Amino acid sequence: MVYLLPITKEYVSKILEIERPDSIMLSFGGQTALNCGTTLFKDGILNKYGTKVLGTPIEGIERTEDRQLFKEAMEKSNVPVLPSSPSYSVEDAIKVAKNIGYPVIVRVAYTLGGKGGGVAHNEYELQEIVHRGISLSMSKQVLIEKYVGHWKQIEYEVMRDHIGNNIIVCNMENVLAMKVHTGDNIVVAPSQTLNNFEYHMLRSAAMRATSECGIIGECNIQFGLDPTSEDYCAIEINARLSRSSALASKATGYPLAYMAAKLGLGYTLDELINKVTKKTTALFEPSLDYIVVKMPRWDFNKFENVNTRLGTTMKSVGEVMAIGRTFEEAIQKAVRMCDTGKIGIVGNNSLDEKAIQELENIEYSLLNPNDNILSDLVKAIYSGMTIERINELSSIDPWFLNKIKNIVDMEKKFKKSSNNFQKHIILEAKKLGFSDQQLAYYLNLDEDQMRHLRKTFGVQPVIKQIDTLAAESPAQTNYLYLTYGGDYDDVKIKKKGKNAIVLGAGPYRIGSSVEFDWGTVNMVMGLKNNGINEVSLINCNPETVSTDFDVSDRLYFEEITLERVMDIYEKEDSDGIITCVGGQTANNLTQRLAKNGVKIIGTSSSDVDKAEDREKFGKLLDSLKIRQPPWRKFTNLAEAKTFSESVQYPVLVRPSYVLSGAAMKVVWDDKQLEKFIENATMVSPDHPIVISKFYQDASEIEVDGVGSVDKIIVGSIIEHIDNAGIHSGDAMMCIPPWRLTRSIMDSITDYSNKIVRALNVLGPFNIQFLVKNEEVLVIEANIRASRSMPFVSKYVGVNLIDLAARAMLKKPLPNIDEELWLKTSGFAIKVPQFSFMQLEGADIVLGVEMQSTGEVACFGTSFYDALSKSYIAAGYSLPLRGTSLITIGGQKNKEKLLPVISLMTSMDYKIMATEHTADFFEMKGIKDIQRIYKINEPERKPNIIDLLYQHKIDFIINIPSTSTMEKYLNMLNDEYYIRRKAVEMGIPVMTTFEAASSFIKTLQWLQTNSPTIEPLKKYLKLDY
Amino acid sequence: MVGYIESLTDPSYSGQILSLTYPLIGNYGVPDKNIIDEFGIPKYFESEKIQPKGLVFHALSSVASHGSCVKTVDEWLYEEKIPGIYGIDTRELTKIIRQKGVMMGVLTVSDKPIDKIDFRKIINVEYYNTKNFMSAVSSNVVKIYGKTENKVLVLLDTGTKYSIIRHLLRIGFKVVQVPWDSTYEKILTYNPVGVIISNGPGDPKMCKPTIETAKKLIDISIPTLGICLGNQILALAGGADTYKLKYGHRGQNKSCINEENSLSYITSQNHGYGIDPLSLTSTDFQPWFYNPDDKTIEGIIHKDKPIIAVQFHPEASPGPNDCNYIFDKFKEIVNLNMREKLPNK
Repeated sequence: MVYLLPITKEYVSKILEIERPDSIMLSFGGQTALNCGTTLFKDGILNKYGTKVLGTPIEGIERTEDRQLFKEAMEKSNVPVLPSSPSYSVEDAIKVAKNIGYPVIVRVAYTLGGKGGGVAHNEYELQEIVHRGISLSMSKQVLIEKYVGHWKQIEYEVMRDHIGNNIIVCNMENVLAMKVHTGDNIVVAPSQTLNNFEYHMLRSAAMRATSECGIIGECNIQFGLDPTSEDYCAIEINARLSRSSALASKATGYPLAYMAAKLGLGYTLDELINKVTKKTTALFEPSLDYIVVKMPRWDFNKFENVNTRLGTTMKSVGEVMAIGRTFEEAIQKAVRMCDTGKIGIVGNNSLDEKAIQELENIEYSLLNPNDNILSDLVKAIYSGMTIERINELSSIDPWFLNKIKNIVDMEKKFKKSSNNFQKHIILEAKKLGFSDQQLAYYLNLDEDQMRHLRKTFGVQPVIKQIDTLAAESPAQTNYLYLTYGGDYDDVKIKKKGKNAIVLGAGPYRIGSSVEFDWGTVNMVMGLKNNGINEVSLINCNPETVSTDFDVSDRLYFEEITLERVMDIYEKEDSDGIITCVGGQTANNLTQRLAKNGVKIIGTSSSDVDKAEDREKFGKLLDSLKIRQPPWRKFTNLAEAKTFSESVQYPVLVRPSYVLSGAAMKVVWDDKQLEKFIENATMVSPDHPIVISKFYQDASEIEVDGVGSVDKIIVGSIIEHIDNAGIHSGDAMMCIPPWRLTRSIMDSITDYSNKIVRALNVLGPFNIQFLVKNEEVLVIEANIRASRSMPFVSKYVGVNLIDLAARAMLKKPLPNIDEELWLKTSGFAIKVPQFSFMQLEGADIVLGVEMQSTGEVACFGTSFYDALSKSYIAAGYSLPLRGTSLITIGGQKNKEKLLPVISLMTSMDYKIMATEHTADFFEMKGIKDIQRIYKINEPERKPNIIDLLYQHKIDFIINIPSTSTMEKYLNMLNDEYYIRRKAVEMGIPVMTTFEAASSFIKTLQWLQTNSPTIEPLKKYLKLDY
Repeated sequence: MVGYIESLTDPSYSGQILSLTYPLIGNYGVPDKNIIDEFGIPKYFESEKIQPKGLVFHALSSVASHGSCVKTVDEWLYEEKIPGIYGIDTRELTKIIRQKGVMMGVLTVSDKPIDKIDFRKIINVEYYNTKNFMSAVSSNVVKIYGKTENKVLVLLDTGTKYSIIRHLLRIGFKVVQVPWDSTYEKILTYNPVGVIISNGPGDPKMCKPTIETAKKLIDISIPTLGICLGNQILALAGGADTYKLKYGHRGQNKSCINEENSLSYITSQNHGYGIDPLSLTSTDFQPWFYNPDDKTIEGIIHKDKPIIAVQFHPEASPGPNDCNYIFDKFKEIVNLNMREKLPNK
């Protein structure tokens, strides 16, 4: 039974009441599940329904989560901790910090990813952090602790059964020391700079500490280790499966979550079998014969004003894991896997030796690392800074620095001499992780030429297995990676019938998250079910299911780059590659793979190109007599201006070359266009920009479906709740459409069919439409799996990717009711999840660039039934009474919002507004508005900032003026501050009319209704 | 990953070429030999020199990084005139050894393909299985450690690691280290409250004098602890047989289950020989620890005498400290035995 419902005390207790389960597991759903479970226990709900907690008991969880209990447990188990003391107020915290001595770190109890914590170097910073921390903490408590940023940060993953057997599955070392949160750190497994004594000193401590806490199952323990002595301390224990556990599972081949579940059921370690060898027991410690490097992926350029500095709060949105036989090889692979355009540690155009900066700047960036830390290290080495000095500033162990220097030295060899077309040099570079692209750059070749040259020399990678035992025992494992650090393939691929390779989606990032992994996994299963004998998979994201080695016949934990995919394609003697389920990363390789003679399974690469190339696609639409918003490609500013005026601003500008910041922007006038083009991008014949008309107040619609040889199946028409202009990844969306007329839906279906037929689509597609004044326009067609496909598949009860797999193999599709999506009884609403809290400084106003980092979806019998649950699942609080702060820019917006405001007053919400907004609404007859003052006028009271801190505001409607979009010209600082502070205090903020309106109407619905609580299946009941 | 210094100085590796599965070696370099722990025993080294005949690995850290580092691994090998080779696909080598078993090997430098006849000649000079390593690894003089007022444990040195001495001192005894072929009578002159037979290299059956001594130790029921080779020697002395394992147990990640309480421990192991379980049934010993994967015997305990032995390395170093408690258990046995013996005196 699956329930698609919020993980909150209220919902889970109702499910407990319905299901009456004997037991519950709390450690598999991250911090959210752990917190929810703890609350259920404390409130006596688990007891009430006789539900037993499996795995680590609640007392154990509390010992790891409550800082004071943790400290006591560590003292009992003779494991040192840093001097610290809990505080319940700012005054208290100041006293404590004085005793300990600055810098101190503020930790917040029961939060996720270090949320709300921070390092304070002085009293001023301390006040700020403690204030925020206390408001976020479940227990209104923060911990002030001595800060040891330059210590090594070492982690151990511990498995422990109920009779007390324990093992360490993996240890990991954070390259950027204690300074940076492990989620944002570059992590290696196993540790590289510890000696035997230190390794086992910490290992023993890990076992003592976790035994004392009573862990059953799996946990992660973090230590700080002084690099100059053998002093160490335990930092924290995560009594649950964590991001680090996922990484450790993939790094070792030991399936931690699976084993932890078994231990929770009461098995002991020696009773379980090693899933890789299938012969030996799970009671062992994996030995690795490779090095793993985890690299975070940040997406700061999607955000305005964001602080990119790395510290104690996690800011990355995803990660990759690279496996190699040297650190150099693994880290260069990892850089490429991140898919941010970098081709390695060196050899990136932007990072020329000429670009050496002022020494002072380099020193600053080493001391205060941001997402460019690797480039900064290279710059420091270029500038001649000694390893000792770099170590002193960055706290990075000289071992890692020397390895990076090895890469720079190799580059030097290439730069010094043009005569490097020699086998041994190429091979040496390959062992240090240089890609063909990097070598081509130094040797003045193109990538294909380089590849050819390399192959002529016989320089080829070998396939090695991950077998948990460093080859000591025979293992039939299909978990593989490629390396130049070896002479022999571990496995010789013997073809058994037809085989295929599926490309995964690479790191999670803004725009590509678990949805594409769902597609990848389902595609593997779909192919297997439809006649492909062996399916291999390439992916590099340790957080995914697709990288579980038992999902595919062969898992290559590898780069999704042309070079590596070709290497694997050749080794596999493959019958074809699927590029349409891995999101952009995989899809972008389609054309180049096809050019290299690779068979692309599914829609032909030339048809995919027809959809992606704007001009070709435009022509196609013209021939089908389907309209799209007027657009043109420009190579100079003057023409761009003329066009923008002729279609009337606002326009959407997409540069092909971005210097800084976001890649797409809505522009409202000539001046802004000029500024954007001059500051943020470049326009030239080599770098054209595309400008298209931007429609305001248009609704946005999507269609997800599958094309095949015999028919086209539309999974659903999906309507965005937000208007066009909010990126489809950030928009709330609804199935079935709730505002569209029959004739509009018919046009959309008709257009979809025409486009899909014209493009000969074999497999998944997603088409995006605009509806403005009852006219349907096409924005774009993506001939690949979309972000919304799992959502649609779950709603209509038909797995679109499974259908896509059949279609791609040119099999006919089963007869499925057309308009299935209209015939289901309920509503499904998807709401984005943002991480603005963690992204210090980021403005939360949404735009054409996607900013959300996740999503939730709930089903309901009515629109508001579904929406209310989705809001709660996304972390909104839905206060049925209380106070709202309203600040609205522009006359038009104010007018538009008037009915919403009067609805609010009729529902007895207290309204606070800034002067202009208050004036306007009072003039319109709304009474009892409390006037409050802007943050930038702190002397005027009541002031917004105080009210926010005092929790006197329950939610905020803050709509920036759209007609001039101050956001992009000169931002209204005050509004920005309100939004930021609200986010930091966890107060919901609605920044568009549609968002505000749906929010208030949901509150209205909730005043007389209760959300339904049913298993997923129940909502799928079809009408017919 | 860690422990190359401890392994390289472990006398049990004497006469062998050591190939390391972890590809990156030398990361933390080599520390100063003179660093000693609170008991006056070298902290990072297990004997005074590199014991294996050669070292094979994948990648060398030519620059090492650690607070305690005074030289790199290659500098150390060079100083001690032990050849090492890197750039080897050690995973492939491991697979060969796993399939064919532990074999004789040669490290050689040659421009030409290696001449098989010469190769055979070299191998035939010294055959590991038939060689007695004791003169090479055992101290030929008596050494005394620890406070004079403490009770005496005699350590029969068949190639002991410093860490065994470290742990015997930790549990509060004075340690008298005697040569491997010391007689039973000689041992008793030190008036010991217990005897330890250490780890060491080679076929246990080559240690005939030690086996004879062990027989007598069993006869007089003196508390005895055997470690690794010492475990095999006690088994042989008790009438059991030993045999050569196909590729032995070597590593820091081997689990063992204690038959007494079914609890399991991760142990450090380095043994090429094992006790024949069938032969053990007709002796006064019974299995104590076993390996859950291949069910080999990893420790034995005497049915009615204060004699225990483990095949793994409770002193760790390299490896996990989970079984340090074996020394504490031995201390209990010794103390209990002293108390029981008291009225007789």
